[in-house]
Amino acid sequence: METLLTSTTQEGKKMTEKISGSEAVIKSLIMEGVNTVFGYPGGAIMPIYDTLYHYEDRLKHILVRHEQGAIHAAQGFARVSGEVGVCFATSGPGATNLITGIADASIDSTPIVCITGQVTSKLLGTDAFQETDVIGISMPVTKWNYQVTKADEIPEIIARAFYIAKSGRPGPVLIDITKDAQFDSLDFHYKKCEGIRSYHPVPKLDLKKVDQAAELINSAKKPYLLVGQGVLLAHAEKELKDFAEKTGIPVASTLLGLSAFSDDHELNVGFLGMHGNYGPNIKTNECDVLIAVGMRFDDRVTGDLSTYAKQAKVIHIEIDPSEIDKNVKTDIAINADAKEALKALISRVDQKQHSAWLQEFRDCDKLEQEKVINTTLAPETEKLKMAEVIKLVSDKTKGEAVIVTDVGQHQMVASRYYQFKKPKSNVTSGGLGTMGFALPAAFGAKVAAGDKEVIAVIGDGGFQMTIQELGSIFQYKVPVKIIVLNNNFLGMVRQWQQLFFDKRYSSTELVNPDFVRISEGYGIEANRVSEREKIDDAIDKMLAYDGAYFLEVEVEREDNVFPMVPAGAGVSDIRLE
Amino acid sequence: MELNDIAKTMDEELMNNHQEEKPLTISVLTENKSGLLNGVTIIFTRRKINIEAINVSITEVEGVSRYTILIRSNRETAEKVVKQIRKLVEVLGAFVYEEDEIHYQELALYKVPMSVFLQGNKIERLVRNSGARILAIERDYIVIEKTGHKNETYDLFEKLKPYGLLEFVRSGRIAVSKSKRETATFLKELEEASKIKSN
Repeated sequence: METLLTSTTQEGKKMTEKISGSEAVIKSLIMEGVNTVFGYPGGAIMPIYDTLYHYEDRLKHILVRHEQGAIHAAQGFARVSGEVGVCFATSGPGATNLITGIADASIDSTPIVCITGQVTSKLLGTDAFQETDVIGISMPVTKWNYQVTKADEIPEIIARAFYIAKSGRPGPVLIDITKDAQFDSLDFHYKKCEGIRSYHPVPKLDLKKVDQAAELINSAKKPYLLVGQGVLLAHAEKELKDFAEKTGIPVASTLLGLSAFSDDHELNVGFLGMHGNYGPNIKTNECDVLIAVGMRFDDRVTGDLSTYAKQAKVIHIEIDPSEIDKNVKTDIAINADAKEALKALISRVDQKQHSAWLQEFRDCDKLEQEKVINTTLAPETEKLKMAEVIKLVSDKTKGEAVIVTDVGQHQMVASRYYQFKKPKSNVTSGGLGTMGFALPAAFGAKVAAGDKEVIAVIGDGGFQMTIQELGSIFQYKVPVKIIVLNNNFLGMVRQWQQLFFDKRYSSTELVNPDFVRISEGYGIEANRVSEREKIDDAIDKMLAYDGAYFLEVEVEREDNVFPMVPAGAGVSDIRLE
Repeated sequence: MELNDIAKTMDEELMNNHQEEKPLTISVLTENKSGLLNGVTIIFTRRKINIEAINVSITEVEGVSRYTILIRSNRETAEKVVKQIRKLVEVLGAFVYEEDEIHYQELALYKVPMSVFLQGNKIERLVRNSGARILAIERDYIVIEKTGHKNETYDLFEKLKPYGLLEFVRSGRIAVSKSKRETATFLKELEEASKIKSN
């Protein structure tokens, strides 16, 4: 790191130097503090990879097995580190393979810079080999994109890309660079971007609104805090805790907000949404003031909007103005950074306790405990249930591991039963619901997390969508732990088929290969467990293993995740069974 | 209908006013960047809103363009669309206007065969009476030009049609708001705002 800093200063002192476009790309990334890139080479990005060869000591490149793996790894890296994730891909199919991850990063506000190679500028628009209009294709799913056709644009555009990706509500940016721009030379001088006239990422906090909000909060009898990833992105975990503790307001979290507020805090009442906890859903329609912080009232949280929190006054603290009044009409909108807004609120609110109100949540917990949790954690079934496995992992890691989940039943179970205690320790695909996210995201997360334990929890369906990334984990010896909860079904779809389509299990049953042998084929230590009495040891063995480890757990085939707010129903209609 | 029902209907009508479909003009100030038009239009596409007319023009501020987009939608949806447009990095500002909040105009061109023109002064009178003018005279045809609102240019279209109209085209709407603020002032305010924020 020190050498990196010295060289940066030296480069800063130099006025300009004549280098190639591809070298400008690498140098610009180093100037932005990037130390790891996930990518896959190909014809149109070869000059950049050629330069990379000379910079291997300063910029680590991780060769993935598919470009979707590169972007999910970059997402995992970004979510854990709070830094911008970077990935490289070539033109045409390389670029289009990034799109799912870009869309995922866009809807889940993850800062990513994608650099794609493009055919030489003379060939643009001619249907040249591996030419695709990636600017057009990625436009609706990027925060910003730009096609570089001249080498001398590179430093300024990369500086902009990083500034845009990480400022305000973060998001993915794509820079497409033609091959001739990579070859041509330029006078290199790097200056970080400090502002763009037409772009105002952080709105000015309106203190009048804060005063109004404080007044409303102080007069509330049953105030209720809903927190989302905005808290983590703003690094406002401490402000959230201080605010909650001063006001005594119960805190519930969205899927992406998990880990922003420690799960063992007495004010933490749980997880919101379709498969969230009972109390947090029910009480949404009983509170008198709803304070939403850094969350966007996604339909998986709100259910039917026409019956959502109609009785409550709504305060929405949100950095992205387009989210305000989009789904839920607010009474007081605070369009600001969550940290800044919470800080200002703390000094204006009264010290309070809402014991009776909090008790109402605890009463709901008791009901959920009896009707759902007890039978889920100590089932009479012969086969293991997913929740038992997660609970064990949670206890054994003391809630301090980074949990990376895919999409489906296992994701909901992990979100419900893992006790997150450290910020940024929950990495999952929320808004887009991208199956195949977890395996690559987990190894990206592990690259960023250093000594912290990173555990991927994946279903047998999603695992096979990006299973090839076992190759990247093997090649780079990334010591990530992988748990596949195997029920030989696309479990969530099957659950819906059972509940809403009269058990017509249309194309949801999976005949799976031998995952243990596949993992071993990739040189990864692997184990399979199906008996309850062996699971404890199996998890211990996995956690104790020095290196990547694969654990397959055969679980109950037709298990359902409850509670559940059926699609289209209101939060009050949450079903416990 | 019961009195109660009538009252209820009236309430609903009031509420629906915000959700009533009507012509709305969206004005977007942007930096000059190729591809941005695509970025703006896909926001409408996503919500399946049909763009009835669109015009891109320079403004009195160098390097700043103005898109004038005419849609049929309700105000609430249009406001949400405008918020999405504002999120585009190169967009400086975006606003939605109802008909009474703007001054607007359109331009239409009509190509009629020379033969009908020579049959008497009917067409000439029509042109004069409808506030149109002759733009070009060629050997086989003449081109008539008229500015006006949609109904006015359409009216002339209807009148010329019996004479064998060869071609007709109407431009997108251009509009200026009734607010007194200039674009330059707006941009200066934006720049000031960005300074405060970056501190």
